[in-house]
Amino acid sequence: MAVRTRKLPAPEVLPAASHPMHKYLREDRLPHIWCSGCGLGTALSCFTHALDELGLGPKDVAVVSGIGCTGRVAGYVNLDSYHTTHGRAIPFATGLTIAQPEKKVIVFSGDGDLFAIGGNHFIHAARRNIDITVICVNNFNYGMTGGQFGPTTPIGARGTTAPYGNYENPFNLPYLAASSGAVYVARWTTVHVRRLKDAMVEAIEKPGFTFVELVSPCPTNYGRRNGLGDGLEETRYYAQRSVICHGADPKEADLIPGEDIIVGKFLERDRLTFLQMYEKQIVEKNKLRHF
Amino acid sequence: MGERKLMRGNEVIAEAAIRAGCECYFAYPITPQAELLEHMARNMPRLGRTFVQAESEIGAINMLYGAAAAGVRAMTSSSSPGISLKQEGISYIAGSNLPAVIVNIMRGGPGLGDIAPAQGDYFQATKGGGHGDYRMIVLGPSTVPEAGELTILAFDLADKYRVPVMILADGMLGQMMEPVELPDPVDPATLPKKDWALTGAKGRDPNIILSFDLDPEVLKQMNLVLQEKYRKIEDNEARYEEYQTDDADIVIAAYGTVARIAKTVVRRARAEGIKLGLFRPITLWPFPYEPLRELASRVKTVLTVEMSAGQMWEDVRLAVAERAETPFYGEMGGVVTTPKKILSEVRKYAR
Repeated sequence: MAVRTRKLPAPEVLPAASHPMHKYLREDRLPHIWCSGCGLGTALSCFTHALDELGLGPKDVAVVSGIGCTGRVAGYVNLDSYHTTHGRAIPFATGLTIAQPEKKVIVFSGDGDLFAIGGNHFIHAARRNIDITVICVNNFNYGMTGGQFGPTTPIGARGTTAPYGNYENPFNLPYLAASSGAVYVARWTTVHVRRLKDAMVEAIEKPGFTFVELVSPCPTNYGRRNGLGDGLEETRYYAQRSVICHGADPKEADLIPGEDIIVGKFLERDRLTFLQMYEKQIVEKNKLRHF
Repeated sequence: MGERKLMRGNEVIAEAAIRAGCECYFAYPITPQAELLEHMARNMPRLGRTFVQAESEIGAINMLYGAAAAGVRAMTSSSSPGISLKQEGISYIAGSNLPAVIVNIMRGGPGLGDIAPAQGDYFQATKGGGHGDYRMIVLGPSTVPEAGELTILAFDLADKYRVPVMILADGMLGQMMEPVELPDPVDPATLPKKDWALTGAKGRDPNIILSFDLDPEVLKQMNLVLQEKYRKIEDNEARYEEYQTDDADIVIAAYGTVARIAKTVVRRARAEGIKLGLFRPITLWPFPYEPLRELASRVKTVLTVEMSAGQMWEDVRLAVAERAETPFYGEMGGVVTTPKKILSEVRKYAR
């Protein structure tokens, strides 16, 4: 059979374009340091779209990050942002929101930062119902330090400090958040960009301690050691195996390799926030007067 | 002796600890010492020993506290910000008279700093980073093989005096590879028994390990016991190296990575006719005050060089006590100095 060839037109050279959400980004700090295939670009992009939808600008928002790959988010947003001590993003955000309750304070950090070294702070902020939104990018390992296992690494998965496979039980983050007192708990993956953006909008709008887990690929450190392919392959896997189940019992939402990934809005409830309780239990009950 | 192998500083410290009979190791990932955890994760399970990746540095130091109380050889490691988190635990370990080994692969500070080599933790290590009147033996290796030797010495000194011992190295030494030959492993079962350890009180009076007494008079006595031990360590354990100091007019005082760079400077300076020598403390606490004082009375200048704003410099000035001039040259923030830069400093003081 004769092969017909056709000369392709020269590709059109587009003028250097800005990111559609450039108003929220510190373009002088780009390109970012994240690896090809990493989910953090998606996370940041969804976040800027959520802020845009909420009409929140630099005067309304502060972003707080801990240490690690996700910790770099604070450095790329063109908002007041804080790159805090490892694991202490939540207490820092607690101080920030109590000092200026009218601002939206968003903690953007990773699974190791929030749930290993920062685990105690997470449960206490949820218990107190501090008015912050915590977005956790869960990539199942410590990416920045080279791929050690962490508090969400599944049993059997490999990391540089789990050369024989992980032997420690991982946290189920939505279950932990729900049982500690969070008023909004959702989980999405990097394939669910619109739903993730919607969840960020809902979580930021809602008063109290709100939590969004984002299941995200780390092809360089986690994917490579665990046969998950590149970022695209892992994202495709999320698309195939995710099951949307709003209102699911977070207890049943363990992330087990090879099994369905339960995503959705697990919980939304109303509790008085820390400052509302403070007002009610201390000031009103004791008839303390504001000076 | 074992075979000669090309190894990274972090791995040498880990392997030396294993060979010294370290049975439990607890740590949390941080750059530039993650390879130490990785070596332990690979090799401890093969020997039936335990590696725990703690949930934080505070978790790790208190796990070390517990294992030390059980009488086994145990270690933790971290880098500058992580070592800051361990200070409370180190103070408790010292106050409780427990042997433990802590490795600090220093990086640039303060705060989050960076991940490049620095020596800004000298004050924290040698002057008591935690609370109370305690001391910790601090060993400053300047080559990869020496990092291995000093790790083994750290376990021996910790057991001998029942004190925490710190290996104070920097990111350069942790990451650098050199040929090393490590000694044959010690069988932990052959180490002297620790009759003070919490091993179960059946058939004997219960042992109590604490760093606490509400009665100031009793606490004072506990402190006096510690101080007596520290004087004994000062008298017996100060270690240092002198290099080409016999006829020197100028001496560089430096430790760790900088001392190694300074050795090159000594050779280059001598090729130019400058009589330069090197004084290298190996124990940073106890600091070798006497030998440096003696040396200072024979030279014109003692130039302290550090990768800090001048921390060991204070000990050098205490030792020299105006017997010679004591200028300082340092780099900060993870900038590693070069022989050329040090040499141009030295030339300022050459006759």
